[in-house]
Amino acid sequence: MDFWISQVFNGISYGALLFLLAGGLTLIFGMMRIINLTHGSYFLLGGYVGLTVIWRTGSFPLAILVGAVAIAVLGVVQWRLFLHRLAGEELGQVLTTVGFALIFQDLALVIWGGEPYTIPAPAALTGAFNTGTLYFPVYRVFMIGVAAVVAVVLWFVLERTRVGAMMRATVDDAEMAGGVGIDVRRISMGVFALGALLAAGAGVVGGAFVGVYPGADFEILPYAFVVVIVGGMGSLRGALIGSLLVGLLDNFGKALFPEFSYFTLFAPMAAILAIRPTGLFGRA
Amino acid sequence: MLEVRDVHTYYGDSYVLQGVSLEVAQGQVVALLGRNGMGKTTLIRSLIGFTPPRRGRVVFKGTDITGWASNRAVDLGIGLVPQGRRVFPSLTVAENLAVAARRPGGPWDVARVMTLFPRLGERAGHRAGKLSGGEQQMLAVARALMTNPELLLMDEPTEGLAPILVREVGKVIADLKAHGLSILLVEQNLAMALGVADHVHVMSRGRIVHSCPPGALWNDTEVKTRYLGL
Ligand SMILES: Nc1ncnc2c1ncn2[C@@H]1O[C@H](COP(=O)(O)OP(=O)(O)OP(=O)(O)O)[C@@H](O)[C@H]1O
Ligand SMILES: [Mg+2]
Repeated sequence: MDFWISQVFNGISYGALLFLLAGGLTLIFGMMRIINLTHGSYFLLGGYVGLTVIWRTGSFPLAILVGAVAIAVLGVVQWRLFLHRLAGEELGQVLTTVGFALIFQDLALVIWGGEPYTIPAPAALTGAFNTGTLYFPVYRVFMIGVAAVVAVVLWFVLERTRVGAMMRATVDDAEMAGGVGIDVRRISMGVFALGALLAAGAGVVGGAFVGVYPGADFEILPYAFVVVIVGGMGSLRGALIGSLLVGLLDNFGKALFPEFSYFTLFAPMAAILAIRPTGLFGRA
Repeated sequence: MLEVRDVHTYYGDSYVLQGVSLEVAQGQVVALLGRNGMGKTTLIRSLIGFTPPRRGRVVFKGTDITGWASNRAVDLGIGLVPQGRRVFPSLTVAENLAVAARRPGGPWDVARVMTLFPRLGERAGHRAGKLSGGEQQMLAVARALMTNPELLLMDEPTEGLAPILVREVGKVIADLKAHGLSILLVEQNLAMALGVADHVHVMSRGRIVHSCPPGALWNDTEVKTRYLGL
């Protein structure tokens, strides 16, 4: 029993991290139809920038803030100079964003070297809650809390504010959104910035959990895409459920059948897509 | 108010508008008639910036707006009721109106729009995609009014509506005209268009082939059979 409880807890906490990454990706992918393979790089670069801030200042909150904002700016520049010209051109998007991912990877190697690092979590977030035989690391609880707050804030903005309604109108019919005076370019830029911000923030938060090391970008990217595709492109609820599902599957896969862990992750995904090609909460 | 000067518009290689010129004066309703596929919607798309013209000029209130992004044209005072309604289906009626609120200080806001279309008030919380065709059409008009336009572009607002609703839309248009709005009205319903228009243009194959006051068209059998298929 203890084994199951702690594995479920671990799966949920990994799912929480994935949600931070996939929440932004689903908005960019589903709302703006931009296939952004640089998303994993935002995660890694956010982690590295956060690391540098920690080394300089020792402040974990500042590391999250600076890492997230710096990479959001980077994402906006990338969008402004390149991606917004590639609307509807999927091949161009894939090639461009993979190109950026490779450039960022090399850049990170030059700046931060090839060694793996772990972002030191503040003392308050280390240790564990102990309930006799069960053991819940505080940092994992923290990740779940961050994801929950982000989910609520995103939901509120999207469903309960005028800007959120403008974003949904743009998804429904971008041309007509312009026809009622919505500045679609500005909305798109905002969504892109938000996506990069969340991914980079996840990189700092995750940096204290999975570490910051060369290759982390391309390691986490498929997970984020699986979450978005299973959950349904553009659906926040889908990203949330998808993250938890993938977090749990990955965790149980690795714990129970370590030699088949990719199978236990991707087989259910294939099954879901066979039954619902648009994902759990996706629209056609 | 609106001056269209020798506009040429293409979809890729296909040359659709082959030099269209017309004017809409302040407070006027100008009707644009023509059979299917003659380029009426393409002209509307050229004016609002969806498909910018490759040659020619669109001048609105003395400002050259040729090739402007749609949202800037809307901010300057052009409202659009597109062909096929194109309400935002996943948004509620209230949200459809809220996202279109522009040019504060103008006469239109949610309360006023809902007085004009009480049915929309009753359905404020419903998803627009679930409304009937007539209700969607009212929403499309109401949404355009929310931008507080000085010029309204209406592309076949009676398409697919029952006769009683066609009359309703005709009344709304006359009402808006009485409020001083200028309107460019694309219509297939001849009686309705001639009832409200101050001036009529007939389009064929991307050109304006006939222009006259509305009264003159009733008896012009030649134009009606040749260009309107009546
Ligand atoms: N997106 C497009 N791409 C290519 N050709 C188009 C496109 N839209 C319209 N056309 C063509 O342009 C021509 C004019 O079309 P348009 O929609 O302007 O006609 P219309 O007068 O509005 O017709 P209707 O009364 O049926 O609405 C038609 O031959 C049509 O096939
Ligand atoms: Mg048309």
